[in-house]
Amino acid sequence: MIVTKQLKKAFGNHEVLKGIDQHIKQGEKVVVIGPSGSGKSTFLRCLNLLEEPTGGEIWFEGVNITDQHNDINKMRQKMGMVFQQFNLFPHLSVLENITLAPIKLKKNTREAANERAMELLRRIGLEEKATAFPNQLSGGQKQRIAIVRALAMDPDVMLFDEPTSALDPEMVGEVLELMRELANEGMTMVVVTHEMGFAREVANRVLFIDDGIVKEENEPSDFFSHPKDPRLQEFLSKVL
Amino acid sequence: MNTILEKLQNIYDSFYNAIVPEQRYLAYINGLKITLIISLFAVLLGVVIGVIVAVIKVCGAHTKVLIVRLLGKLCDLYITVIRGTPLMVQLLIIYNLIFTSRDTNPILVGTVCFGINSGAYVAEIVRAGINAVDSGQMEAGRSLGFNWLQTMWYIILPQAIKNILPALGNEFIVLVKETSVASVIAVNDLTKNAQYIGSRTWDLIPPLLIAAAIYLVIVVVLGRLLNILERRLAKGDRH
Ligand SMILES: Nc1ncnc2c1ncn2[C@@H]1O[C@H](COP(=O)(O)OP(=O)(O)OP(=O)(O)O)[C@@H](O)[C@H]1O
Ligand SMILES: [Mg+2]
Repeated sequence: MIVTKQLKKAFGNHEVLKGIDQHIKQGEKVVVIGPSGSGKSTFLRCLNLLEEPTGGEIWFEGVNITDQHNDINKMRQKMGMVFQQFNLFPHLSVLENITLAPIKLKKNTREAANERAMELLRRIGLEEKATAFPNQLSGGQKQRIAIVRALAMDPDVMLFDEPTSALDPEMVGEVLELMRELANEGMTMVVVTHEMGFAREVANRVLFIDDGIVKEENEPSDFFSHPKDPRLQEFLSKVL
Repeated sequence: MNTILEKLQNIYDSFYNAIVPEQRYLAYINGLKITLIISLFAVLLGVVIGVIVAVIKVCGAHTKVLIVRLLGKLCDLYITVIRGTPLMVQLLIIYNLIFTSRDTNPILVGTVCFGINSGAYVAEIVRAGINAVDSGQMEAGRSLGFNWLQTMWYIILPQAIKNILPALGNEFIVLVKETSVASVIAVNDLTKNAQYIGSRTWDLIPPLLIAAAIYLVIVVVLGRLLNILERRLAKGDRH
């Protein structure tokens, strides 16, 4: 579904990604971990071209999206993204947050979009918040709305950049629960997180990014119990 | 004692003359109307120009597309020229150069001129408003599949405008005062009408004082209203 070929990204002279080859398959849940500043966010943001790679290629559903001729806006409609800081639209109600893109991008009529949004809100138990504004919500509610906003476009893949890092501890659970549900429904997911429990439980594959490359990758049980790379061993000993 | 009373009587007479005979008070009201109309439409035109110029400038600063960068430079030039030359000179140039035909409506000329002038100031206000919106908003919009302009229009600008509404109100207040120079191009605004009455009564000071008082009241009242609006807005977004 997503293939990166020798993906490179530099900010000026600072080479953050030094060539990443990955193949993320349909339905796969890939968790990305690594030390702070190692390029996890940069990798994730390259996947939907929020960061423009400085080298290599990214293919999404058989299309080379790093090729300037392909319409990246169309591609992004199929790639949902969830941010650490939620990034809800503060001037719009919860319902409008969810329906703005489907309506304006002509994916749905207003009626159909509203209906779908209410269905999604019901699912996360927040239908009574439809007319509320983001500043009236808790962090956990904000993030679940942000996830639902992305889902309203019916994406084929969901990208999560530390979705629980800005939350109070007691709200982490509700967001992880929703992500777990999504995973069980077969959504393709790429998740940058520090939640090792989530990685162990949900991931099909865990990547350790360090020094701008994928230092180690494995299915979770081996990844966590038999790490080979010394940097990974050191990292896990700190976070586990 | 008598002379003081006489003086007071004189003052009363000259103000009476400046207001009552020949329904002169109507001239102030009509002049004020024109002043407010020019200010209002000029500020609206200024907002339209300002938003367009600000968006082009912000886009020009981020893009690699050459034509947009050039447009951005053009907008810089516009802002520099407008802010670097006197309003009165701009008004005279536009009146004499662009609207050469004699039967052009001076109110329209005034509105266009003040709008063009105001646009340069509003552009800088809008640009600051756009830059104050969190960069995560642009990313969220783009990640949903909106292009740059759509994100700007649906997501960034509404937030920016809301933040700068008080500054735009202030621009309107400034225009109410500044439009008084429109009298040089034969616009019958408040200032011009006051001057006209003065020329009829051979006594220029009373009508000018009256005009000044009207400007002052309008500006103070609008300023108060703006303060109330500002407080309302601030209450609306407790983040
Ligand atoms: N827009 C940018 N301009 C310049 N440097 C950047 C930019 N974005 C990221 N970097 C640099 O790239 C490196 C990787 O950043 P990135 O955000 O991808 O790290 P990360 O692994 O997500 O870290 P964290 O766990 O702290 O989120 C950092 O050194 C950062 O300073
Ligand atoms: Mg990060």
